[in-house]
Amino acid sequence: MKKIVVLAKQVPDTANITGNTMKEDGTVNRGALPAIFNPEDLNSLEVALQIKEKIGAEISVITMGPPKAVEILKQSLYMGADKVYLVSDRKFAGADTLATSYVLSEVIKNIGGADIILAGRQAIDGDTAQVGPQVAEKLDINSITYISKLKNITDDSITVERDGEVQTEQIKTGFPVLLTITSDANEPRYPDCRLMLKHFRSSIEINFEEHKVEKMQENGWIIPTITREDLGLEIERCGLKGSPTKVHKIKSIKLAGNNLTMYGDNPTEIKKMAQSIIKDYVEVSG
Amino acid sequence: MKGIVFIEKNPATGDLRNVSKELTYKLYTLLQPYKGEVIGIFAGDELPKDINELFKLGLNRLIYYKNDRLKNLQSFAYKNILTSMIKSEEPDIVLFGATHTGRDIAPLVSSALHTGLTADCTQLYIDEYKDKGNILFQRRPAFGGNILATIITPDERPMMASVREGVMQIPEKKLDNPVKLEEFKIDFNENWIKNEFLSIVEKESKVHFNSSDIIVAGGAGVGSVDNFGLIKKLAWALKGEYGASRAAVDFGFAEKERQIGQTGHVVRPKLYIACGISGAVQHRAGMEESQKIIAINKDPDAPIFGIAHMGIVGDINETIPILLKYLKEEK
Repeated sequence: MKKIVVLAKQVPDTANITGNTMKEDGTVNRGALPAIFNPEDLNSLEVALQIKEKIGAEISVITMGPPKAVEILKQSLYMGADKVYLVSDRKFAGADTLATSYVLSEVIKNIGGADIILAGRQAIDGDTAQVGPQVAEKLDINSITYISKLKNITDDSITVERDGEVQTEQIKTGFPVLLTITSDANEPRYPDCRLMLKHFRSSIEINFEEHKVEKMQENGWIIPTITREDLGLEIERCGLKGSPTKVHKIKSIKLAGNNLTMYGDNPTEIKKMAQSIIKDYVEVSG
Repeated sequence: MKGIVFIEKNPATGDLRNVSKELTYKLYTLLQPYKGEVIGIFAGDELPKDINELFKLGLNRLIYYKNDRLKNLQSFAYKNILTSMIKSEEPDIVLFGATHTGRDIAPLVSSALHTGLTADCTQLYIDEYKDKGNILFQRRPAFGGNILATIITPDERPMMASVREGVMQIPEKKLDNPVKLEEFKIDFNENWIKNEFLSIVEKESKVHFNSSDIIVAGGAGVGSVDNFGLIKKLAWALKGEYGASRAAVDFGFAEKERQIGQTGHVVRPKLYIACGISGAVQHRAGMEESQKIIAINKDPDAPIFGIAHMGIVGDINETIPILLKYLKEEK
């Protein structure tokens, strides 16, 4: 049976910024944004589930983040993931893509490797699209990015459609492989009610009384947390320390403001605007 | 200082991709004050037909490796070859175009070199930093474009960055560097070829943002596919091109290839008319370099008015038909 690992990330919902999340100075209050399952990571989980339906597979979802990120792991269980892992450690904080991919690749080795690793093309908070390929490089395996469709899957090979920007490519490759998936690939399924009932008590282990821990263990409700020590990683390669890139400065974007000429919403004013457009542009271009 | 730029070919035409020219010139302007060398690296089946163009934009040398097995994107092989090329030169800076190829290979190479990579930079400059001497400052939008972050790689070399096509510009006046091509020697391993290409279909693009002086774009505020017809009509009346915000594309008002913004095209026309576009930062990242911006929006507080030069607060379904009428009359 194929082993699939899905790399997922909980991200602030940067795509739906409303008035409530704007500060008075016109910048975004990042703390006020709701945390969501990174959209394209849902597309990659959906690919994993489709592969499982077709040839059978064991799906593990891994996320690195604060304890709160366990929310997307529960969502993964509701959708049909078999195993989930929270990778969490204060020493991982401030990691850039290189330090993140190092930790994730070590986690994948630690849980027994994978035939297929899936990740969203990019996360909406950073938009870098780097962690996926870098995990593949750390594991010394093949990677294909910008997958827009799962075409075929057999026990020996997978065929995908790649959005090559100027061309659409159909690519067949063997295992192991890491694929990054775009939002074009599919419509992620909704959570399954039965799975929700089965897993809604699932949690990471935090300050439980002993009898409760036993019960949680019996029912398989404990979501394992993997720390730096579990993996035996050097501090120098994790988090801020292990990150070659540093954030030098951050500027919240404010609107600059030009010399704005407003025209009224009536025919006379619109005519004036039309005249101005024609004077400056239409003669030139046509 | 020494800089390397990844040279990319448009597989459909066999010519250089524009971003390779843009970055060659950018690297030249960055390194010129330090008398730095600008080196191109290329791997593929055939050199781009117009490769000599790069020497008019400041390239000093091109290092290339040719192999028929590299006709299509073999990321694993590309990573090994390009990493070797970079190691052999020990540059301070490496730039990649943030194309679907560049964004595929650059992370692999940076990981193999254990160095930092900053994606989709909109600004690059060299300045002194503490006791590190002159380093590359890399500015990029993050957090959905709501913040502008300046990223540095103070300790590792090379400092790597990618830049989207259309962000940097090519000069009209050209340089006259001698053409210098150097073939790279490497023990090519057949095991590096991991992908079998079953088919390749060229995408038919009907969008010509680069050659359009005027772009009319519609957003969520347009309301429906039918209403979006007005955007097209206005674009046609002005002999321009039409585009859309991400929201309009998500609603199905326009094709994805027409998306303008951080995750779509970056455009800088002479005139940009934003209709029913609120002006989310993601969208502004793709159009705010336009020479003149006209905004038509129902919401007087829409951020788009903050960067517009002319504006109307009103419903585009009422305003555009009137605008169209006068444009026809006045012509």
